[in-house]
Amino acid sequence: MKAIVNVALKQGVLDDQGKATHHALDTLGFKELVKNVRIGKQIIIELNSTDKESAKEEVTKMCQKLLANTVIEDYDIEIVG
Amino acid sequence: MKISVLQFPGTNCEYDAKYAFEQLGCVVEIIWHKEKQIPSDTDLLVIPGGFSYGDYLRSGAIARFANVMDSVQSYAANGGKVLGICNGFQILLEAGLLPGAMKRNDSLHFISKYHTLKVINTDNKFLSLMKKDQVVNIPVAHHDGNYYIDEAGLKELEENNQILLKYCDKDGNLVNMNGSLLNIAGICNKERNVFGLMPHPERAIEELLGSVDGVNMLKGFLQ
Repeated sequence: MKAIVNVALKQGVLDDQGKATHHALDTLGFKELVKNVRIGKQIIIELNSTDKESAKEEVTKMCQKLLANTVIEDYDIEIVG
Repeated sequence: MKISVLQFPGTNCEYDAKYAFEQLGCVVEIIWHKEKQIPSDTDLLVIPGGFSYGDYLRSGAIARFANVMDSVQSYAANGGKVLGICNGFQILLEAGLLPGAMKRNDSLHFISKYHTLKVINTDNKFLSLMKKDQVVNIPVAHHDGNYYIDEAGLKELEENNQILLKYCDKDGNLVNMNGSLLNIAGICNKERNVFGLMPHPERAIEELLGSVDGVNMLKGFLQ
């Protein structure tokens, strides 16, 4: 089983990397299509567990303690496999 | 005066900090992160700059869980003075000893140069030898110095005079060099015993290095 954790800056916190990438996409000819770009990171954790529910609880603790800085970042967790 | 300087894997300013405080007549000990206790006779604890744990995940995010950090938390809770410089500031933010968080510089570039700073508040140990609105020249060297805090937190910082240093030009006009909210370069906690700043006062202690403006900052702790 795997946990796929996505961490990104909260809405309302200016995402400079997203902004710079958006600008680059604009100059590459995608201006019409691209509305907004946000950049985050994906953390893939392989788990020794078969219980999705308890795994999600534990991964939530990981996010709150270490994987995300909740002052500026939001996270979401998907348990797969 | 006894100064303890923390050292994590990837720290690279511990010997600069040691040298700077030794020039001021202090006894300085470097403390490896695996130690469980900082020396009990510590008068000032310094978390120096560098790239602890390679800045992996986020700057300071892993260092805050090092063995020695429990002892740092209780030292600060008992009123001990703590100074975090650059990566040390980032570690203090991640550890919750100072409010807010650091984002990547808005230019997305690593910035390494001398920069002028304005002294905003002198009602604290750190800047007690400086004058309000004084402009000092101190080098910065960071990738993640774009200070962020939510609106309520920012209001609290301002009301409690916790903002100590802001980036400015040589005439004292505030400038935003890295995206930092209100041009913030350094803050302290509400209790005024934990200080964090992105610039490196320990690198501005000799004319040969381009500035001696860091001396009076560091001396503030020795009063």
